[in-house]
Amino acid sequence: MTAADGGTTGLPVRLLELASELRAEGVAIGTAELLDSFDALKEISWASERDFREALAATLAKSPEDRRVFELVFERFLFTATELAALAEGGSKDDSEAIDASERKAASDTSAGADSERDQDSQRQWLGDELSSDELDALRGAIAAALQSSATGGPGAEGSMRDLARLAIAAFGSRQQHSGVVGVDVQRIRRALDLRTADRPELGAQDPRRRGVPHAQLRRFEALLRRELERALIERTGQLPRARPLRELDRALPSSPLADLAAVHRVVAQMRRRLATQGSQARGHARHAQVDVRRTMRASLQTGGVPVVLKYRPKRPRRPEVYVLCDVSTSVTSASVFFLSVLHALHDSFRKMRSFVFIERVGEVTDIFERERDFRALSERIAQQAPVADISGYTDYGRVWSEMLDLVADDLHPRATLIVLGDARTNGRDPRSEDFAMLASRAGRTFWLNPEPRLYWNYGDSVMAAYEPYCHAFECWTTSQLEDFVRALARPGLALASRS
Amino acid sequence: MNAASATAAAATAAAAAAAAADSVEATPASAAEVAEGLRTAGYLPGESTALVAFLAIRMGKPVLVEGPAGVGKTELAKSLSRYLGRELVRLQCYEGLDEAKALYEWNYRKQLLRIQAEASPGADDGPAGLGTDPASASARGAHGDPHDRGWQEISDDIFGEDFLLARPLLTAIASPEPVVLLIDEIDKTDQEFEAMLLEVLSDFQISIPELGPIVSRTHPLVLLTSNNSRELTEALKRRCLYLWLDYPALDRELEIVRMHAPELNDTVARKLVEIVGMVRELDLKKPPSIAESIDWARTLVLLGATEIDSDVLAKTMSVIIKHRTDMDVVAARVGVRLGGSSDEPVPPATG
Repeated sequence: MTAADGGTTGLPVRLLELASELRAEGVAIGTAELLDSFDALKEISWASERDFREALAATLAKSPEDRRVFELVFERFLFTATELAALAEGGSKDDSEAIDASERKAASDTSAGADSERDQDSQRQWLGDELSSDELDALRGAIAAALQSSATGGPGAEGSMRDLARLAIAAFGSRQQHSGVVGVDVQRIRRALDLRTADRPELGAQDPRRRGVPHAQLRRFEALLRRELERALIERTGQLPRARPLRELDRALPSSPLADLAAVHRVVAQMRRRLATQGSQARGHARHAQVDVRRTMRASLQTGGVPVVLKYRPKRPRRPEVYVLCDVSTSVTSASVFFLSVLHALHDSFRKMRSFVFIERVGEVTDIFERERDFRALSERIAQQAPVADISGYTDYGRVWSEMLDLVADDLHPRATLIVLGDARTNGRDPRSEDFAMLASRAGRTFWLNPEPRLYWNYGDSVMAAYEPYCHAFECWTTSQLEDFVRALARPGLALASRS
Repeated sequence: MNAASATAAAATAAAAAAAAADSVEATPASAAEVAEGLRTAGYLPGESTALVAFLAIRMGKPVLVEGPAGVGKTELAKSLSRYLGRELVRLQCYEGLDEAKALYEWNYRKQLLRIQAEASPGADDGPAGLGTDPASASARGAHGDPHDRGWQEISDDIFGEDFLLARPLLTAIASPEPVVLLIDEIDKTDQEFEAMLLEVLSDFQISIPELGPIVSRTHPLVLLTSNNSRELTEALKRRCLYLWLDYPALDRELEIVRMHAPELNDTVARKLVEIVGMVRELDLKKPPSIAESIDWARTLVLLGATEIDSDVLAKTMSVIIKHRTDMDVVAARVGVRLGGSSDEPVPPATG
């Protein structure tokens, strides 16, 4: 985004800028949507930010995912736009600093729990002194207490939260060099503040941190920290930070399964919807069989009651059936956690789904997934119960395919989708790609998700090339790549291509 | 003036069908007015709900309402129809729904009767009537029979509006009074059906080959609901305003529960809403929605419960939880937190 020059001011231009930012984030906005949004803005009062935002959201963002992106982008857009305006209008740097200082003073004045420290704090933070560890500890407690109490707070809570964030930045942010990356600073300050959501009974009874800070509060607090840090950064450098794409920021590599389970669930929910849609797309018009008596009778009227033209009942698609094979060996340890969470999410979405895990042998885990809801317990159960390791504990793809053929070959049919999650590292054993080819030919579509970057495929003991001709192979080590896979799933015609 | 017309509309709501001619079309001036109107109609709208409804009325665009099951998507349409004093025309979608059931259908029984009625006075060639035997009809035509002209008339006649069975979409379009058209669970239909809807939603007209296009005389307010079970086409989405209904915030849900179960005492109602909120936080197959909260509230009223402890929860859990595995999770996580005895004070609201 560049600074506004003469011809590019006014609301329409701003809206177009917003739209192009949204498009950059992958929200499909057509001209029709833009025209609608202008129409909608004619109808409402602009005095309320909420109404303004809702009217735009209703016309521009048309799915829950888009809506979420819209909220983030709108927030960012509004923030940068106001900061930009402030920069353009505002005087020298000293001025803004002075204003900021007084604001900060006011902040510590009003902040709920920090009264006792505010004097030393507001003195010392400007002198750049290091606070003693006792004082810091007291401040930590005060902020935790304030966060807890403001959980039930009314409309004023937002303001006092912001003040707390400023206080925290002043106390902890300046103690070391700014890293220059806002996200890193936020985490550092949060760690310094020692805020956690879990209850900690080991602390003293009067310590406010004994009861955990509500998760939502912590999130809000972090968002405010980020915003304040960004504001400070803009003040320091006198320019706006470059707009970063949201996607990478929000959907990074899912390393910890529990935190990212939500992200995976979201992608899989999308996958289910795509599969459902795709089912009816793939339905041809030629496969008609049953005569629709009612419609035939109606049509017969044109010929005076004689059923000359027969009308057929269209064939309804069957529900998608999914078979998933997941590698859980040590070579994919980090990825298998991710894969298991994918599997976990898939299980919630598909009624007709069978899952298998394998190392040296295949074990069916469908009913474990059906019984166990909790992800952690689930992984334990699988580790204990699935009979997958034999002697060596190394993956043996060849054996897996032949066992798999015995297990499911009769059940597989052209409407089934087979998904393999694995790195195709056979530890030097026979890949037996002909067995895999047989499996793939029985199933309608076969996908392979490989947790390694494409660059590493076929290096060392990876035999991806042996399997690739029979399936659609995807590298999949971030949720965004998982989304690519979902998109590919939905592409019609892929099924035909795979069987040619 | 608008408030007056709104109440006037509300007053005529009951007699809308009868006194259709003089009912005043309510065009609210602000979102707040719509919110107020919906409130009086027995629906507590969220922030964006009222605004989007207002925009839909003003802009004459359909609204696509999405959200989890049981958050009041269908109820919104019903309440809007009550508030605006318009008749509600509902089209319930399902897999395999086709235009004969959604748009219109020729009443072939009546058409047959008509043909036979026309044929029988002049039928001189025995019991094999004209209507069931087209061969004889063409034979007559070929002979230059005077009945030929009659046949022409009949065929014009039987494809007239008298023989048209209006299905929901045609009803909504052809209605002399503006209606609220609810197309429920659009995600259950096929994509072909969606494509067919496009003409209705953007131009508010239906083309009947024998009659030509039927253009709406009045503008219906259209609501489409979807449980988000499949992706709708971009073309359909583009024609609609979008409204995402989610589980409500604690306070709003409390208000809703109080509205639907006023007999429930306040502390129990608050605790109920808090528990439902807690349950939604868990990773469940089907989290309870507003409908379930209301059902639970009514259940507790019937049982005369004055407190919710783990005992009461265990007994009545089936009202809000509809899966066996979910029940175990809830019993383990929430039941324990509630404690067996009721002497523990109600914990303060969190989150």
